[in-house]
This record gives sequence, C-alpha cells and structure tokens, in this order.
Amino acid sequence: MAEPLLSVRNLVKHFPLTQGILFKKTIGHVQAVDGVSFDLFSGETLGVVGESGCGKSTLAKLLMRLEKPTSGEALYQGEDIFSMKRGRMRELRRDIQIILQDPYTSLNPRMTVGDIVGEPYDIHPEVEPKKGRRARVQELLDVVGLDPDHINRYPHQFSGGQRQRIGIARGLALKPRILVCDEPVSALDVSVQAQVINLLERLQDEFELSYIFIAHDLSVVRHASDRVAVMYLGRIVEIGTEDEIYEHPSHPYTQALLSAVPNPDPALAQLTKRIILEGDVPSPADPPSGCRFRTRCFKAQDLCAREDPELKPRSTAHPDACHFSEEQHIVPVD
Amino acid sequence: MSETQTGDQKGTQGAVTGAEDVSGRQASLWADAWRELRHNKLFIISATLILFLIVMAAFPQLFTTQSPRDCQLERSLQGPSADHWFGIDILGCDYYTRVIYGARVSMIIGLSVTAFAVLIALVLGSSAGYYGGLTDTLISRAVDIIFGLPTVLGAIVILSVVSNRNLFWVTLVLVVLGWPTMTRLVRSSVLSVRDSDYVNAARALGAGDLRVITRHVLPNAIAPVVVYATIYVGLIIAAEATLSFLGIGLQLPAISWGLMISQAQTRVLSEPLLLLFPGLFLSVTVLSFILMGDALRDALDPKLR
Amino acid sequence: MTAAEPEILTSARPELAAGEHLLEVDDLAVEFRTRDGVVHAVDGVSYTLDPGETLAILGESGSGKSVSAQAIMGILDMPPAFVTRGSVRYRGQDLLTMPEERRRKIRGASISMIFQDALSALNPVFPVGWQIAEMFRVHRGDSKAQARAHAIELMDRVQIPLARERVWDYPHQFSGGMRQRVMIAMALALDPDVLIADEPTTALDVTVQAQIMELLAHLQAETGMGLILITHDLGVVAQVADRVAVMYAGRIVETAPINDLYKNPAHPYTEGLIASIPRLEQKGNELTPIKGSPPNLMRVPSGCSFHPRCPYVRDNCRTDEPPLYEVHVDRRSACHYYEEVLNG
Repeated sequence: MAEPLLSVRNLVKHFPLTQGILFKKTIGHVQAVDGVSFDLFSGETLGVVGESGCGKSTLAKLLMRLEKPTSGEALYQGEDIFSMKRGRMRELRRDIQIILQDPYTSLNPRMTVGDIVGEPYDIHPEVEPKKGRRARVQELLDVVGLDPDHINRYPHQFSGGQRQRIGIARGLALKPRILVCDEPVSALDVSVQAQVINLLERLQDEFELSYIFIAHDLSVVRHASDRVAVMYLGRIVEIGTEDEIYEHPSHPYTQALLSAVPNPDPALAQLTKRIILEGDVPSPADPPSGCRFRTRCFKAQDLCAREDPELKPRSTAHPDACHFSEEQHIVPVD
Repeated sequence: MSETQTGDQKGTQGAVTGAEDVSGRQASLWADAWRELRHNKLFIISATLILFLIVMAAFPQLFTTQSPRDCQLERSLQGPSADHWFGIDILGCDYYTRVIYGARVSMIIGLSVTAFAVLIALVLGSSAGYYGGLTDTLISRAVDIIFGLPTVLGAIVILSVVSNRNLFWVTLVLVVLGWPTMTRLVRSSVLSVRDSDYVNAARALGAGDLRVITRHVLPNAIAPVVVYATIYVGLIIAAEATLSFLGIGLQLPAISWGLMISQAQTRVLSEPLLLLFPGLFLSVTVLSFILMGDALRDALDPKLR
Repeated sequence: MTAAEPEILTSARPELAAGEHLLEVDDLAVEFRTRDGVVHAVDGVSYTLDPGETLAILGESGSGKSVSAQAIMGILDMPPAFVTRGSVRYRGQDLLTMPEERRRKIRGASISMIFQDALSALNPVFPVGWQIAEMFRVHRGDSKAQARAHAIELMDRVQIPLARERVWDYPHQFSGGMRQRVMIAMALALDPDVLIADEPTTALDVTVQAQIMELLAHLQAETGMGLILITHDLGVVAQVADRVAVMYAGRIVETAPINDLYKNPAHPYTEGLIASIPRLEQKGNELTPIKGSPPNLMRVPSGCSFHPRCPYVRDNCRTDEPPLYEVHVDRRSACHYYEEVLNG
C-alpha cells in the first residue's frame, strides 16, 4: 500500500472556558476534537460526516493551522505540520488549501474577484511572477466555469453558486495537493449543489487533488467520497470505504444517522429501517464518561459507562468504536 | 419572520446580479454608497454647509474685506449697519469679520483632533481587537481609565496648568482625552469583522497579520468609524467652544466663537446680537457635521452590516 | 373549565360546507417595490388545503414559497410588499379583505405558523413557559395558574422532558431541537385548524430533524389539522406529505400526490431537481444538474419562466406562459409539453 499523503495522529483540541475579568481562570474545557486519527491517500476523497458539535469544523481549522492543537500531530510528507518553522509552514500553505462553506461571507466584499483569486500570488509571489498573474487568474476563473471577463466585478454581483466557484478558484491558485472542503455545498440551493459537486470532481481528476470533504449531508458525502469517517462529539466512531459505511454500518450512531436521512423516494423511505434517537447531543464541555454516545444509544449497557471503546475493526473489516458493534443494513437497496 | 423573507430574497438578490448582470459600471460598495448619497437631501445640505465653512476657514478674505484686528474703540457696540452687517463688538472690531475668522479655529481644531484621534484609534483599536489577550487587556484598561474622566472636566484640569493655551495645547489636550472613545469604536468594529470567513481564508492562504488587518479587517470595519468621526468633528468644535467660553480654552487674542460668546454673555440683555451671531454659526457648524454623519450612516451601514 | 384541572385540548371544529376547503389560496400575487425595481415574488399561486391533509410546498430560495405563506398569515411588511391580486379563503372567508381585528383573531388561534429559526422567533428575555402561557392568557383569558398548567401540558405533548421544571427556562437554555418543540407548542396552543411550517427542520441536525418530523406527523394525526409544509428538501417532503406543489420563480409549476411526483414528474423543473440530488442508497457517477441559475425576479423570463434552463424547450415556450394543465384528476403541470416529460 502506498504511503499516505497526510497522516493525522491523536489530534486533540480543547478550548478553555474562562471566567474572570483581569486574571482569567480556567473552569473547564470544550473538548471540540478529542483524539482523531486518520490517513489521507493521494488522489482520494475522505468524507467526514457528523452533526453539530462533532468537531468537524474545528478539525478543518486545525488542518489549516488556523488553530493550534492541544496535542497530536499531522504528518505531511513525513513532517508534522504543527511543529514546522515559519518558513516551512509558508511553503506548506501552498500544498494544503481550504474551501469554506458560506459563499456570502467567505469573500471580502470590498475586493474584486480578480483581487480575491489573485491574492494567493501576492502572498506567495514566488509561485507566479507579476507579469503572468492576470492571465493566470483569468485561467482559474475559466477553469471553474466563470467568465474571465468578470475579473473586475465584486462578489455581490454574483449568485451563491458562482461565489462558491470563486472560492474554489482561490483555493486552486497555489496548485495545492490537498483541499479541505468545509461544507462546500451546504449553503447552496439544491439545483446548484450538483453543479458545484461535479466541478469539484472534475477538478480532482484534472489536477490530481486529494480532498477532505467535510459535510453533514450524508447523500452528498457518499457521492463525493471514496472513504468516510463518522464523527461524534470530537471522536471518529467509524471509518471505512463508502460502501462499508453506507451498506455495512456497524456503529449504532452511524446506523441512526443513516436511518434519519429522509429519502426523497417515498417508496424507499418506507423501506428504510427506523431508528429514532432519544434526547440531545451532550455538551462537548461535559461529555459522558466511557463511550460518549451511550446517553442516546439504543444498545447502551453498564460496560459503556465504564470503558471508552477504542476505534478498531470488530464485527466488520473496518474500524468502529462500539463494544457491541454489529453490522446492520439500514439503507434500502433500490 | 424577516429570516424567512431574507431567505427568499437572498436568492433574489444573488439572482438579480447573476450571469445576466451587464452593467460595467464601478460596483464597489463605496461607489454604491456614493450613488445613494448623491440623492440624499440631508447629505447634500450638510456637505454644502461644511464645504462652505471650510472655504470660510481657509479663505476668510473671500467673505470680508476688513481685518478682524482693525478695532477702533470709538465705534464700540454700534448696531448692525450697511458696512458692518453684524455690528461692532465691545472692542470696536467689525463683528461680522470676527465671526467669519472664528470659523478657522473651529475647523482646524475639529478636523485635526479628529484626525489624530482616529489615527491613534486605528492603530490601538485594531491591535486590541485583532490580537486580543494581553494586548487587548492593556489597551482596554487604558481606555477605560481615561474614559472615566469627563472630557470637559479633564480638559479644565489639564489646561488650567498650561499658561500659554494656544491652538497646539488645546488640540493636544482634546486628542489625549478623545482617543479612547474612537479606540473603543474601532476595537468593537474590528472584533465584529475579525472572525469573518474571508479573514480566515486569508490567514489560511498564509497572509501575515499586517496584510490581514490592512487589506481585510480595516476596510470592512471602517464604516462605523467614518460615521462617528464625522460626528466627532462637530462634537470637538462644540467642546473647544465650551472650553473657550469657560475661559480655560483658547485665550485672547485668539478668535474663537466660544470666546466671543463668553464676552457677549454678560451683555446679552443690552446687545443680544453679540451672542446671537457666533452662537448661530457655532450651532450650524456643529449641526452640519452631525447631520452629515447621519446621512453617511444610512448610506454606509445597511450595506455593510 | 375548573381552575385546577388542565383542559384536554380538543375542540369541536365546525364542519366545512360542501365544496368548501379549509384553506383556499386563489391566484395570489405579491410584489415587492424596491428602489431598484419591482420584485414579483409570488405571481398567481393557487392551492387548497383540507383537514387532516399535509400539503408540501417545494421550492428553492427565490421561488416565493415563504412569501406566499407569509401573505396568508398576514405578516408581510406592507410596504414594501403589496398583495396585487388574489384571495386567501379560510373556511370560505377571504382573509385579505377582512378587517384587521378579525384577522388577528384568526391568526394564531385558527391558523398558526412555525419558522425555521426558533431562536429568533422566540423572545429571549422571557421564560419559555411564560411565552406559551401568554397564548392562553391573551386569547382565552385564562388566569396565570391555568395558563401555566396548560403550558406544561403542551410541553409534555411536544415531548419536552421534565416539562414541569423546564417551564421556567429561557430559550437559549434549550437545544435547537427542543426550541423547535417549544415553537410547535406555542403554535398549537389554541388548537389551530391550519399549521404552516416554514422550513421547520432546515437548521436542525438530521437526527433531530427525524424526531421533529415524527412529532409533527403524530400531532397532526391527533388533532386532524391541516399542515402546510414549506421546504426545499425532497426527502422531508417524501416523509410526510400527501400532496406536493412545486414552486419556481413565484409560480406553481406542478402539483401532484407525493408518490406520483417522484415516480413520474410532469414538469421539467421537477424532473431536473430529482435527477440532480445525490442518493443515499448508491454512489452514482456524475450528477445531472439543472443548467443555469434561478431567474432574476425583477426580470422574469418571458413565456415560461423556466425556459432558459429547460431541456425540452421549444419556440412557443419563450412566448406563451403555460397555464396549469390538468394532467390527471389530481395532477397539474405548467408545461406545454408535459406529456413528453411524463414519457421521457
């Protein structure tokens, strides 16, 4: 098996909760990401799904080094990105880029599209000499399906889908190898989502990109990903190929998640196995002892409160974190 | 309710200028604001007045041929006439000329105090807002301490120990007492912009702090500051007039509306015009800046919020 | 009604006259007059709702689905909104021409609405129980104790655990799903005939969404009220709807029973929408998006508003606005070539 492009090991991010005016006292921690490990291989898309509070957005920020981890490492080409010196870090920024969720807030409203897509070259002048920049920006706009003549327009003159394409063009400017896509289509209309998803897939083939595709919409993630990691309260609870996760889920949370997705085909909606979870997601500042999912789990027993299950293969070939892991088919076959 | 309305309309607005937008005109947010301002009556009126006052301050000779220091005691306290529209003051000087020249001091102090306060505020406020932590704590506490001092009272206390209270000193004192308010405003505006997605995107690209602050944060945080700074000019002009009126601001032979009002106050019953004219000019000046600030707020804020 | 006993909330609903619908919207048009032009948000929309029925109004942003519901409730800001034609009949009476006094009585008591974002729809400075109880105090003249008892009972009914204690909590102390339940409780307090739910689960996690949709279905079965569900999510529609009205650019382009709609759409927009969404049950190849973008509501395309994006477009589509053709006894489609779409 080939070497992974990116290797994340035991990544942890705890945000301190503070109290006090002058001298802040720490009264607790929000355990946003609490021990996440995975590999990303060249040319693949790793989907990360989870609901609010699972830590996937924090994970994206950590990978982009917008936040510093509390502990853990992420090895890119053998080096830990969190211990890199400034100079090396700058180079790294060219290799790992991000696409953000909200097309209405991810572009500076006071800059023209040309400035926005060209900014990476202002920050990293060695990638593209000044002479060729304008042409390169226009090329990028064309690649993402926008009119290169619109280079002097402002973001508010574009629709949501088009703005997202501008964000993608910006992400591609430095010719990265890894693109972290943080909910890239969630804020778009349904009819536009497909356009942007197709674009991302085409770009992946054309430029040999690897994606970390973070989203909450399970159907979108299945379509876009080769492998999928399911997160709950800061941990990965199950990880495998898309076929393994969607056809042979073994962790009760994954099963409940799949069951909850409303199927647009009324016939299939009837056939989906129903699992309704009780209660709400616990606060990441005060997660349950032992297995974090136990408070909502339909299989929970005493052992679950005592022992925190490890992420490893149990009832199936792919790893999951449940003492009572059991494969169950949830999604109906068409 | 407006949530759902915006939801539908957001699509509308996006679609409004989608692939079919053919206008090649300059479409930046500032250009949009200017286009709106041009039709705003309030803006036109206040801008005209302010322009007028600036010209008056810079070139008083355009408005009067006489000299404010051409004072002849014999003609003291004469009423208005064809040669002397506002009459003569107690020292025998043409009052109209003195009132015109009074604009100069007000404008200089108003504009320079505001300019310096804004400059300090931009540096300190954006540092405090952007970096947070210890930087923010130190700057904010400094702001709070000076803020606790009432402006006029503080000015009185400080200026009372200065023997030669000229333009420089009054300006300095007002800047020292005024920068906290501005700084607080810049800080809160920066805070609201700092966590925007586009700021994160720039940082993810590897942009340094300076670039992020100057290219991304400040341009989007500046609007409320512009509005307040405009109003602030008016407030400073009023503050200087108050200090001079109290005898703790500019001293004679400086020509200040505040000083004139102070002198006229004792004669208000016998020669009310002596109070009326500088008072009127002062009020109109302060009002113009405040109204302009209002007009700017309407044009700039909704677009940016 | 005794002071201490909470009343069981059923009401004797008056029977509808023959041929009368619970709610009948007829040729409703709403426009927004803005500085930059007139936005035709709703342009001749008609639908009906009967007791016990769930009608889903499916559309993306800019389709006019929310605006038409707000016009029914009478909560649009007028100006800049103007209802330029049409009628909204509740049990035969036109709400649009009714005096505001009477309309206000109907709003909340007979026709109620829940919104997407419970946090902004609930007042943050009053406890949740107080807000629910207010419905009873104001509309039914209950005493404070009676109203509170009703509120607790309602919170139980919408399955908020520990209702008796939580009645004193503030909105921000509840999770998103719980807040939505509070909003549903408030909407149901006076036992309305019609509940309009505007994207009630869009902001919620999918596991919570499932809980809320199940709750709505259960409450509807219990009370027999009519439910209008406004959404952009085909999955949510399939879960609870009996009939669907698909909206595009301010007009209804298709109505059908839910099974028919999915299996065999009769309008190119519906067909395109269904083809463009990724499936949970299989990893497909490329998705088939609808080309182009939603139209500018200030300059709606001539003829059929969908024609610039339509794969079936012909010459007359650009000039003749299609009426709602009757495809079948309970199916309508606003496409000149619906037969082709049905067979294609």
